[in-house]
Amino acid sequence: MNSSHTAESNAQDQKSKEPVFRTEDLNIYYGDFLAVRGVSMEIQPRKITAFIGPSGCGKSTLLRCFNRLNDLIPSFHLKGKAYYHDQDLFADDVDPVAVRRRIGMVFQQPNPFPKSIYNNIAYGARVTGMQIDDMDELVEKSLRQAALWDEVKDKLGANGLSLSGGQQQRLCIARAISTTPDVILMDEPCSSLDPISTLKVEDLLQELTNDYTIVIVTHNMQQATRVADETAFFNAEASDDGKRYGFLVEYGPTERIFSQPQEESTQRYVSGRFG
Amino acid sequence: MTSHSQADSRQPDQNAKNITRKKGSRQSLGETAWTVVAGLCLLTALVPLFLVIAYVLVQGFSRLDVAAFTRLPPPPLSANEGGFANALAGTLIMVAIGALISVPFGVLAAIYLAEFSSGQIPRWIRFATNVLSGVPSILMGVFIYGLLVLPFFGFSAIAGGAALAVLMLPIIVRTTDESLQIVPQSVRWASLGMGASKFQTVLRVVLPAALPAIATGLTLAVARAAGETAPLIFTALFAQYWTDDLLSPIASLSVLVYNFAAVPYENQRELAWAASLILVLIVLLTSILSRWATRKQVY
Ligand SMILES: Nc1ncnc2c1ncn2[C@@H]1O[C@H](COP(=O)(O)OP(=O)(O)OP(=O)(O)O)[C@@H](O)[C@H]1O
Ligand SMILES: [Mg+2]
Repeated sequence: MNSSHTAESNAQDQKSKEPVFRTEDLNIYYGDFLAVRGVSMEIQPRKITAFIGPSGCGKSTLLRCFNRLNDLIPSFHLKGKAYYHDQDLFADDVDPVAVRRRIGMVFQQPNPFPKSIYNNIAYGARVTGMQIDDMDELVEKSLRQAALWDEVKDKLGANGLSLSGGQQQRLCIARAISTTPDVILMDEPCSSLDPISTLKVEDLLQELTNDYTIVIVTHNMQQATRVADETAFFNAEASDDGKRYGFLVEYGPTERIFSQPQEESTQRYVSGRFG
Repeated sequence: MTSHSQADSRQPDQNAKNITRKKGSRQSLGETAWTVVAGLCLLTALVPLFLVIAYVLVQGFSRLDVAAFTRLPPPPLSANEGGFANALAGTLIMVAIGALISVPFGVLAAIYLAEFSSGQIPRWIRFATNVLSGVPSILMGVFIYGLLVLPFFGFSAIAGGAALAVLMLPIIVRTTDESLQIVPQSVRWASLGMGASKFQTVLRVVLPAALPAIATGLTLAVARAAGETAPLIFTALFAQYWTDDLLSPIASLSVLVYNFAAVPYENQRELAWAASLILVLIVLLTSILSRWATRKQVY
């Protein structure tokens, strides 16, 4: 991937301002239930974009659209458009498996495979058919990046499920970056981490933005201000028929969202006076 | 506590003594009574099991000698004690044939059910499987008798194995289906999220995780099939001698017990008890195997 990166770097420079994702009036449904309404936004390349907002406003739902993971939920369907670069993500000829190979994900709940730590990392490379000369090296590099290597280097054969919750989450982060995807979607990756590992993961995110685009959902305002270049604030609102749907309230550079929000609700949320 | 606390019972009681166990209170008496009742019920349930095992042990152990495993069934009243060598082999052969047919079909059907089907189809298939597993085993014998014995093979090991396969199939489908459903959805999501295909996910993540539970189900199905008599009476019949032909009648332990247990000839009755003991041991062995497989379960 890195070699092709240099080869295409010219072309990429020209495209470097092009958004990675673009949505146009995206409405996301679970059955009849409208979960997210009318989202139009652009995600910038090689930046960290944070999604913030109260619980249940559809951050995870929107995030899962970007790698077609919502396809696994039978009741899911959507209206509107979502583009990855200039490709319509939900066009008939798009292969969701190919999408997910380029767009990695770290889930809200840690979900390691019931395999050894080593095989948890090696899995992605194996199933995607990556040409790996030295699998040991890939495993070590990925675990180091996710700040887990020192804790597990002596027990790579141990089952991933035997790790603590925070260690499992870092294992999942290591797993996601092992296949060097273009984009990494992270759904509250630090929710079960201690402050030190959290800072390590945040350092990792900063490092990764040299090559990757990152979208991160977080409930931690400090985290958003520390790592995010752009921040999107979502909120939920009851519609006329009493059902709650989520929508994008405000989106812009993190600094502006936190210091000069345009909307009253954003102001209240980021200053912790929400409700 | 202040003086008005007597009237206001909702006040938090700050007397620390209240968290100690109180003897003789109504609650603790009730608890003891229920424990005793439940214990008695448990004993009652276990009595038949112990009696059966003890009786079979006592009756069958004396005839469990080398001859039992090496000789052929004795004719009535002969001085020859005989053995059930050909019946033991026949049981093993037919269970093997049954497993050979039912395991691939059953496991694959369950994988389809749990992983690839959608809509109303799986509900109907599950329903049909449940019905099939409730069908009396003698009907499986009659079914294969009509389907294979009469038109094609005659009484044979193949037909007997096929009848056992029909018997095992619903057990295998159901236990495998359940084993796959126990694997959490989040693990499938993790795999698909890594860019694995559905097929890779099932093959590399879900199946390995479910394998111990599937193995448990398979051993239970084998144990069940090994002890079945009714389906074999119509399909394999019995043979007094060794058969080296899968297309001729073949002996089995369960049919040997059926034939010999109620005859007036002492030597045959004794052998029936010994064969019963072997059947119990086979079930015991497979149960231990399945416990061992269960221990490896991750979910
Ligand atoms: N699989 C599903 N089926 C039906 N409804 C769902 C499903 N997943 C989420 N929803 C609904 O969609 C809405 C948005 O959920 P979502 O998980 O996206 O919220 P969220 O912003 O990620 O919340 P949190 O911060 O608590 O993770 C909620 O009302 C939820 O009940
Ligand atoms: Mg969420």
